[in-house]
Amino acid sequence: MGRRAGRLARQRYSADPPSFPKARRMRVPLAALIGLFFTSLFFLSAIFAPLIAPYGMAEVVGDVWEPPSDRFLLGTDSIGRDLLSRMIYGGQTTIFIATAATALSFVIGSVLGFFAAVSGGWIDQTLSRFVDLIMSIPTLIFALVVLSVMPTTIPILIVLMGLLDSTRVYRLARAVAVDITVMDYVEAARLRGEKIGWIIFRETLPNALSPLVAEMGLRFIFAVLFVSTLSFLGLGVQPPQADWGGIVKENKEGINYGIAAALYPAYAIAVLCISINLVADWVLNRTTSLKGGRG
Amino acid sequence: MTDPLLKIRGLKIGATIYPPGEKAREIEIVHGVDFDLAPGKVLGLIGESGAGKSTIGLASMAYGRGGVEITDGTVEVNGRDILKAPFRDVRRLRGGEVTYVSQSAAASFNPAKQIMEQVTEAAIFQNKFTKAQAEARAVDLFRKLGLPEPETIGNRYPHQVSGGQLQRCMTALALCPEPDLVVFDEPTTALDVTTQIDVLAAIKEAIRDTGVAALYITHDLAVVAQVSDHIMVLQQGAMVEYGTTDQIINDPQEDYTRALVSVRSIRHEEKQPTNTPVLRVENITARYSGLSFDVLKNINVELHPGQTLAVVGESGSGKSTLARVITGLLPPSAGRITFDGRTLTPDLATRPVEDLRELQMIYQMADTAMNPRQTVGTIIGRPLEFYFGLRGAEKQKRIQELLDEIELGDGFIDRYPAELSGGQKQRVCIARALAAKPKLIICDEVTSALDPLVADGILKLLLDLQKIEDVAYLFITHDLATVRAIADSIAVMYQGSVVRYGPKSQVLAPPFDDYTDLLLSSVPEMKLGWLEEVLRHRKMESAGH
Repeated sequence: MGRRAGRLARQRYSADPPSFPKARRMRVPLAALIGLFFTSLFFLSAIFAPLIAPYGMAEVVGDVWEPPSDRFLLGTDSIGRDLLSRMIYGGQTTIFIATAATALSFVIGSVLGFFAAVSGGWIDQTLSRFVDLIMSIPTLIFALVVLSVMPTTIPILIVLMGLLDSTRVYRLARAVAVDITVMDYVEAARLRGEKIGWIIFRETLPNALSPLVAEMGLRFIFAVLFVSTLSFLGLGVQPPQADWGGIVKENKEGINYGIAAALYPAYAIAVLCISINLVADWVLNRTTSLKGGRG
Repeated sequence: MTDPLLKIRGLKIGATIYPPGEKAREIEIVHGVDFDLAPGKVLGLIGESGAGKSTIGLASMAYGRGGVEITDGTVEVNGRDILKAPFRDVRRLRGGEVTYVSQSAAASFNPAKQIMEQVTEAAIFQNKFTKAQAEARAVDLFRKLGLPEPETIGNRYPHQVSGGQLQRCMTALALCPEPDLVVFDEPTTALDVTTQIDVLAAIKEAIRDTGVAALYITHDLAVVAQVSDHIMVLQQGAMVEYGTTDQIINDPQEDYTRALVSVRSIRHEEKQPTNTPVLRVENITARYSGLSFDVLKNINVELHPGQTLAVVGESGSGKSTLARVITGLLPPSAGRITFDGRTLTPDLATRPVEDLRELQMIYQMADTAMNPRQTVGTIIGRPLEFYFGLRGAEKQKRIQELLDEIELGDGFIDRYPAELSGGQKQRVCIARALAAKPKLIICDEVTSALDPLVADGILKLLLDLQKIEDVAYLFITHDLATVRAIADSIAVMYQGSVVRYGPKSQVLAPPFDDYTDLLLSSVPEMKLGWLEEVLRHRKMESAGH
């Protein structure tokens, strides 16, 4: 009986806030290692895309839909471009947009969420109801409407995705911060006469960081899926710029003829999402009291 | 001699701890404890937090809580070693032969089920009684424990009875299956003194009437002296002293026991009021938004420079609300607060920084009063930076001075709150308040979460600092022993009003009003037979009226 309880306690105590920076010596579980391996593989290939891609992004180098060979490891695409090179450059585009959109959504969402929680009252009510309003419109429909009237450039895609996703981040940040702002140390800071900036960035943020960091991984996955969906529908990244959703779209006819070109980017999206999920799960389990971390 | 009901030999209990930044390691928290408990006797286990009292209590049910493991020794109940028994037998034991009363009844009852169902559950599960028998027995126990409407109170839900009543329901729960042994784990600690005395009397009577044996765990020696036959004093998992209650209270042999018996040794001479009070609270009335009644009703008190005003009362009497009004967290609906000759604005947001600086606050729970992500240096350094603009070496020097003042010394600047003990945390909070060089510090129950000896140290420190810094304290507490130790004047609060106010010598001297009398007579005294004396006295008084 005692032994079982011991394991429970282990999870609980490893979540103590001050142990976080120093606790790196802990054993990393296999699932997280696999996740870390693939995540870093994708990110490295995105960063060094021009160095590792065998051909240019939009270079037509062979026949339409050539099968995999020594020259073209994954074959060629619907107009004879090297599929592997397209995949590497496409990964770069997709990952860049998703990363930028996630970063933007976290900056906007968490700052506004903390601000609402710390201010309370009508400021909190106004912001929260506005966010509810945005969230009540399906994200994809909202994005399609906006993109049908705006030019579809990468900066606009990033801003749009960042804003839409920031509503989810706002919700989490506010929920976490509401728990923190009732603590005596926040009251002590108010009594000291601290301005709202100190209360948000020095008292609240450091204590809310762990759940937000874990959430960041999950939001990044949604951003990858979202930008791929938009590109597949033709409203995301525009050709000849490569991105995974776009590659699926360009090669989807091939499936009728038994050509697998459209499946590679789909695999890439799936593997990236799963591996980031594995990493995020591990971070979440270790650092946060949310989602059952503290029994 | 009869065979002991509970026989514990060489009990060793270990736990795995996970210190921040270090490898997990096994530690021993109970180092070989032996004792016997005869049927129908009560043994008091006493010690500070971390002494292993509760762990030993739970071990008598073969249970180790949260990472705790019984590593060695034997625990025999009715002659059977329950540590070696198969789990099936342990199940028959728990809730059958041995039952448990926990500290917080409110957290232990299932809020979604009626009290009767929970009180009779174990007795029915153990096949000791049928449902009808168990319910009849429960009603009988409710009556014995002095609960109102014993026939129907079982149909209520836990939130429909008061805290003291719920604690008595839990005692009924423990006694319902006719156990041989009940483990009482701090059953009255979470209650107000005026409620504690009733629960204590009810428990004592129930133990006597049912002839059950009991382990009574508490940190309050005065309480345990009222109910137990023998007392075992524990410190850091080892026995310090074992003896009859009479011997432990009246003739303690060990230094540690003597320190526990003579706790609150502080003597404080009452100071005379001056002409110009530092704080004057006039006709303050306040309520929280959404409430239909006033939480504070026409409060008038004064506090003089360098002195201590103790605000005493039960939970819910409005003590902490008064603090919130003075600090500006809750603007009052009527009345005026004058601080150092200036009228304070009602709302915190409109007060000048100077007013904020001169009026500091220390909280009950030092744990939540410090940001867990800031070091001691940052926590104490911030007011220096904020109010006085100190930077760099100058700030470091002042932080070190403050740490010396609170007797913490070197090596604490870079620590995080989680790396401090309870008493050290509270000291850091005191240093943070002092850093602002305040004229008034509001102390909200600052010692009630601490062990008696640690609390004593904090009170001594506060009194010393008062002499050095000439700071006034508004000391909120429910503990009258603390009040006697440090106050110059006292305000007794009851249901939002000040019912008695004046210099300490007057407030604590007869004639008393009814409430102050009740409050004063409810504080357990460190002598045998105190409980009976008080109850007899009260019975006579009520007969006289």
